[in-house]
Amino acid sequence: MKIVVCVNHVPDTETKIKIGADSKSIDKTGVNFMLSPYDELAVEEGLRLKEKFGGDVTVLSLGGDAHKETLRKALAMGVEKATLLKDEAVRDSFGIAKGLAEELKTMSPDIILFGKQSIDFDDAQVGTMVAELLGISSVSVVVKLTIDNGKVICEREIEGGHETVETSLPCVIQAQRGLNEPRYPSLKGIMSAKTKPIQEKPAAAGELRVESIALRKPEAKAAGRIVGTDKSAVPELVRLLHEEAKVI
Amino acid sequence: MADATGMSFNLTESQKAVQELARKFAEEEMRPHVLKYDESQEFPHDIVKKAADLGFMGMTWPEELGGAGLSEMEAIVIIEEIAKVDPSIALTVASHNSLCTGHIMKFANDEQKKRYVPDLASGRTLGAWGLTEPGSGSDSGGMKTIAVRDGKDWILNGSKTFITQGSVGGTYVIMAMTDRSKGKGSISAFILEKGMKGFTIGKKENKLGMRCSDTATLIFDNVRVPGENLIGEVGQGFKQALTVLDGGRIGIAALSVGIAQGALDASVKYAKERHQFGKALAEFQGIQWKLADMATEINAARLLTQRAAWMATNGMDYTLAVSQAKLFASEAAVRATNEAVQVHGGYGFIKEFPVEKLYRDVKLMTIGEGTSEVQKMVIARQLLAS
Repeated sequence: MKIVVCVNHVPDTETKIKIGADSKSIDKTGVNFMLSPYDELAVEEGLRLKEKFGGDVTVLSLGGDAHKETLRKALAMGVEKATLLKDEAVRDSFGIAKGLAEELKTMSPDIILFGKQSIDFDDAQVGTMVAELLGISSVSVVVKLTIDNGKVICEREIEGGHETVETSLPCVIQAQRGLNEPRYPSLKGIMSAKTKPIQEKPAAAGELRVESIALRKPEAKAAGRIVGTDKSAVPELVRLLHEEAKVI
Repeated sequence: MADATGMSFNLTESQKAVQELARKFAEEEMRPHVLKYDESQEFPHDIVKKAADLGFMGMTWPEELGGAGLSEMEAIVIIEEIAKVDPSIALTVASHNSLCTGHIMKFANDEQKKRYVPDLASGRTLGAWGLTEPGSGSDSGGMKTIAVRDGKDWILNGSKTFITQGSVGGTYVIMAMTDRSKGKGSISAFILEKGMKGFTIGKKENKLGMRCSDTATLIFDNVRVPGENLIGEVGQGFKQALTVLDGGRIGIAALSVGIAQGALDASVKYAKERHQFGKALAEFQGIQWKLADMATEINAARLLTQRAAWMATNGMDYTLAVSQAKLFASEAAVRATNEAVQVHGGYGFIKEFPVEKLYRDVKLMTIGEGTSEVQKMVIARQLLAS
């Protein structure tokens, strides 16, 4: 089975984000970057498919040189091949999807795995767009994947429950938490990842269709409020929780 | 990244990668069980097995012998990260890597390496190393364990005490004298296996700290050791042991840095959360100064440790550097944990807060693998030698 996992290089979840001087991008100084957590699930699933069906796994990323660190993380987990589609420009989801799709056309994989979204801009669009550009099916928010004789059965997470869908290879699968528990890379994996080559190519990315014009940080959380200190405060507390916080 | 000066104080990409792995492993696999193992003093076989699967039990040994092929520069990062969360597991990892396996890797012949290292480096077998005896600690020359030649074999008699992995080990490197009249000069190193006739495990120690690290007494009663289990030549054991200890001290220094950093991290968090007299502890200058001193000493200790590891990696003589690193880092870590408990006040004295355990665990750092006083002897000897 020819498996490709598309991964993104995103700010670490513990990083405090600062907005850059242009007020439409983030200030990257001192920011740690990581393999996007949903993409990590996709890498794990790719490795499990390979272990089950044989074949090989390639990780693919579109972006600057810094993305190599994330590709190497996937190599350390056990992926054999990595390709970086080099591109330092500011891109929207379409631009990235176009670049990935152009490369994927030349690879003709049996299955393409994505995380359900990158945890930077949270667009959750690239996987679906890639499927559309390739003219293949796409299943999002997948928590269980079973492949049998080319038949693909996916369990998707939906509001309040699960949906089971069926499609066929080749297809795009977008991973949701619960799909698997990603393995730790071993020390040997980390060391051998240093010597595995990362293929570099210029990205044939698409032009910008959606432009970011401003970033704003969320309002600071308001301080807590003490409604009262004895049981006479309960009715007021219930009213506030119901009407203001809308949690009950 | 090295700049025009050619020096770099940043972690390399592989150091960052192993740090991320060790940090994740420590938080996810170790943190939830720290209290349980500290209370029970049970050896954490399950955690050690998982650590072994990732390659932590053979960090710096070659891949063809089952190791992970790291340099000391990555190994110290791993030990520091696990020590932040549970120093006793860090001690298991550090001692297993550097002492028994270290002795075999540095001085044994190829046949011995092939026979023992793959199981040790993969963690299938745990390694223990025996120098200390009930009557000889810093003064190894006072050793009583004796090995007498019998045909091609050696017959060992005596005992060893405070042996890390003593009861859970499978492979042991044991120092014994072959001729008491020659003293230290006759000390020789032998590889023993658990189950050899006459080799028994004595008392398992009940300790102040490092409680889930296994510490036991070993007893040799006419143990017949095959001649091919002698490491190197007769009489080389003491010199070998000193070299092995140099390697071990890199680990103890890194462990000390980890303990101190763990204590500082907990203190910073607590100082921001805890309010007294209407403001956070972190707003009091008295507390700020404690944190500032801890952080500064930890950085100095880490730099000394990195320098010793760097010298070892580059094949330089690092005896002086590592003694200085071990001395400073362990003493700084004792001070840091002491201040951390003080910052926490009463909450530092109870087991719900991590500094209570760090305060107990840290004390071994100024004692094990050469006391602070022995480090000063080593340092002074080097200074006065020329």
